[in-house]
Amino acid sequence: MDRRDFLKITGAGLGSLTIPSIYGRAVAAEVLLTKIDVATKKRLADVALHAAKSGGASYCDVRIGRYLRQFVITREDKVQNVVNTESSGIGIRVIAKGSWGFAATSDLSNEAVAKAAGEAIAIAKANARLRTEPVQLAPTKGVGEVSWTTPIIKNAMEVPLKDKVDLLLGVNAAAMQAGASFINSILFLVNEQKYFASTDGSYIDQDVHRIWAPMQVTAVDQKTGKFRIRAGLSAPRGMGFEYLDGKAEDKITLPGGAVVYRDSYDMKEDAIAAAKQAKEKLTAQSVKPGKYDLMLDPSHLWLTIHESVGHPTELDRVLGYEANYAGTSFATIDKWKSKDFKYGSDKVTIFADKVQKGTLGAVGYDDEGIKTQRWDLIKDGVLVNYQVIRDQAHILGLKESQGCCYADNWSSVQFQRMANVSLAPGKDKLSPDDMIKNIENGIYIVGDGSFSIDQQRYNAQFGGQLFYEIKNGKVTQPLEDVAYQIRTPEFWNSCAAVCDQGDFRFGGSFFDGKGQPGQVSAVSHGSSTARFNGANVINTARSLG
Amino acid sequence: MSMYTEQEAKAILDKAIKASKADQCTATLTGASGGNIRYALNSVSTSGYVSDADLAIEVAFGKRIGTATINAFDDKSIEAVVRRAEELAQLAPENPEFVPAIEKQTYKPTGTFIGKTAAVTPEYRAQVAADCIEPCRKDKLVAAGFFTDTQNFAAIANSKGNFGYQTATGMDFTCTVRTGDGHGSGWVARNLADIGKFDAKSDIKTAIQKAKGSADAKALEPGKYTVIMEPAATAGLISFMMFGFDARQADEGRSFLSKKGGGNKLGEKLFDERVTLYADPWDAEAAVLPWDNDGLARERMPIITKGKVDFLQYSRYWAQKQGKKAIGQPGNLIMVGGDKSTMDLVKGTKKGVLVTRTWYIRLVDPQTVLLTGLTRDGTFYIENGEIKYPIKNFRFNESPAIMLNNIEEIGKPVRVGDDESPFVMMIPPMKVRDFTFSSLSDAV
Repeated sequence: MDRRDFLKITGAGLGSLTIPSIYGRAVAAEVLLTKIDVATKKRLADVALHAAKSGGASYCDVRIGRYLRQFVITREDKVQNVVNTESSGIGIRVIAKGSWGFAATSDLSNEAVAKAAGEAIAIAKANARLRTEPVQLAPTKGVGEVSWTTPIIKNAMEVPLKDKVDLLLGVNAAAMQAGASFINSILFLVNEQKYFASTDGSYIDQDVHRIWAPMQVTAVDQKTGKFRIRAGLSAPRGMGFEYLDGKAEDKITLPGGAVVYRDSYDMKEDAIAAAKQAKEKLTAQSVKPGKYDLMLDPSHLWLTIHESVGHPTELDRVLGYEANYAGTSFATIDKWKSKDFKYGSDKVTIFADKVQKGTLGAVGYDDEGIKTQRWDLIKDGVLVNYQVIRDQAHILGLKESQGCCYADNWSSVQFQRMANVSLAPGKDKLSPDDMIKNIENGIYIVGDGSFSIDQQRYNAQFGGQLFYEIKNGKVTQPLEDVAYQIRTPEFWNSCAAVCDQGDFRFGGSFFDGKGQPGQVSAVSHGSSTARFNGANVINTARSLG
Repeated sequence: MSMYTEQEAKAILDKAIKASKADQCTATLTGASGGNIRYALNSVSTSGYVSDADLAIEVAFGKRIGTATINAFDDKSIEAVVRRAEELAQLAPENPEFVPAIEKQTYKPTGTFIGKTAAVTPEYRAQVAADCIEPCRKDKLVAAGFFTDTQNFAAIANSKGNFGYQTATGMDFTCTVRTGDGHGSGWVARNLADIGKFDAKSDIKTAIQKAKGSADAKALEPGKYTVIMEPAATAGLISFMMFGFDARQADEGRSFLSKKGGGNKLGEKLFDERVTLYADPWDAEAAVLPWDNDGLARERMPIITKGKVDFLQYSRYWAQKQGKKAIGQPGNLIMVGGDKSTMDLVKGTKKGVLVTRTWYIRLVDPQTVLLTGLTRDGTFYIENGEIKYPIKNFRFNESPAIMLNNIEEIGKPVRVGDDESPFVMMIPPMKVRDFTFSSLSDAV
């Protein structure tokens, strides 16, 4: 989510509060605790599968989904809004005459479900006329009746609203007491209850949970007319409310003094730090543009990985299916086929997965019923693989899908979405304290900021939240107005060191957009702190006169 | 069914308001039907049709507000959704920024509904795709595009006797054409109220010409250039700037329109005097609903007049607190221009860069509205009034607040769609000096 979306959600920008319609209908909080029973879902799924087969479909999958969201939105001492939404219905996808068709309905009666299956077949047959070759699905064996649940400790939907409001207002009060001029804080809670069934013989029931607690703390100096914002250093996670426990063992103090978080988050502590740091940013030294060695904390590096590795290795982009919107990719098939395209230095091994515990992408099975897994995208610097779904696997000569299929709602058609994409930790023992010692002239960046990348993922520019000057192995002072520009392969080839497993942490995107009509997905990116030599740093300060 | 007549909508809203026992009740009924078709690699990839309607009820007991929505409209469902909103309101904390429901408004209808646009069929959508794909196949080019059309209605009412109903239609079309070898890329977009004015067969020629003309681009040094920005290239920058026009943010000292020492810059001349921007819900080409999200009646109003800031957006709460009158928020942005086309502006340019569109625009510094983003799908070098050769794409770091002070010439406004903007926009092509390109991109 960028600042524009944040402003929309918090109502701090132009236009009143609007929750995108994708989030479903507003409901009472107690509705968030109920579920549709599995037997009912199986019966409905069988109605759809039967209707599709008898209507001439060669393949059919059915997703019965109940998507629950709760947003608690506050500023300073006020609750601006509490929104509970529910969206449930069934999406039916078929292959008929070699072409895909999809239809969805919120009416869960047998008649409506059978009718939707018929509509999906009609659409498939209509689309078949304009298709050049039939859909090829990588084979998969049905898994029978199975289930999977995000391993949460505290179901966030069961935590009373009062506790959530008290938490956020407590966080806000602490920030204001520490000198903030303003604070906006939010809780986003998601529960996807997803049932998948297919003509391959799978009946998969999944209960997926996600949480995000972003904030923005602003310091204003009216005398100079300057203001600065420090956003929170939390990560959205595939966890329950236990993420907000803020355990002592999850806190890490970095060289320079910033505190970051591993697998649980102390929101109040971070709000207090944010208030102080936002004020410091008002008077910090403006960066001198030029070449610097960058030391990038995982709270920052996740977004660079997301934009410059995650997106360009999505096979649908590589092939041209996203050419009109998100774009294509520089990581073309010929580069992969060459088996020696140096995407990065030999320190760079980047893997995709949908299995790491506590991540946004973790599920048991994807939205076409494929068991999730982990695989390398870049091995010792060389591009070795992409992210694919069932109808793409044959293009790479793969025998099975990697399980990257996702739809953001029952009413959206599933398509290829990014798996978690993470930078593997360095093999040699190396902490951030060790890493900084060898940097003569560098900048240490903590937290994600502004981001922008071209439609083939070559040229990117990133900001951050906290910037520290490094001189001769030590943090010397905070900096401001910092952004760096990269050309993706040069940037990853300049990677000189990656800290070890002990420093490995996750960041992530809660609302990653793709497709027309647009869909969102949530994805995590793990890394340890990494060093990149000789990056181009620009100064972003301007004068409006 | 998702489209209701005024009479049907009013009957539903009246029932809801009558059912409410709260201190006040606002009911909104909206419905939309829309189709789309998506294609890539010269082949249709997905197409769909979505139809839905929603009744939203907001009630208040004192300063406690509750909201609930439903998509069933029988008497029992209406009663249930009102009760649910009331239950939520009783449980909600008091909102210190509560503002009572709006008084009865007078809405003068706007021309948002065009019959032809409402009558689009699946065959029409398929033909749009075919009109783009066929010439590209013949020319060994690759088309990827998206066409979407919608018809919708909105009806609002509250317990103070306010009522409004209106129907609307819309369409949006974008198509990217790439050369078979991936060395060239062109783009065309149309966002129109009246589909009768849309001609995919003709529009696709623009994208084809740009794709062929942009192949094998030369690299220019980054730096400050005179640019001819097509309307789509500046629309995103201007609509981004509007986020800074929130009065509360400006008064709180966190907008580029905040004043040093406190207060805001309303009334100050901050832009070139040729910059005039206004909102007009009745504009023939860019009509929007005659009320805003709060139901307040929209008016024709100046935003920037001859470079002077004439408007800041006051929420109803902030207006009340600051002793201002709350007025309907703009739904469109119309920039005044001249009669010249983009190519007329090119003809009058000695040296410069023509930018078809900008992409992935993000805020770098809210203090100055510094934005970064890239050119895409057709960037050309201009010399002595002619397009000389294609050039590689640039990343820019520029503030619209600076750009709108460096105007050389303004052309004729056209309607522009932007999926990241809440506004319907009429934006002219512009010739701007000293536009800051900070690095090169290899992306085609």
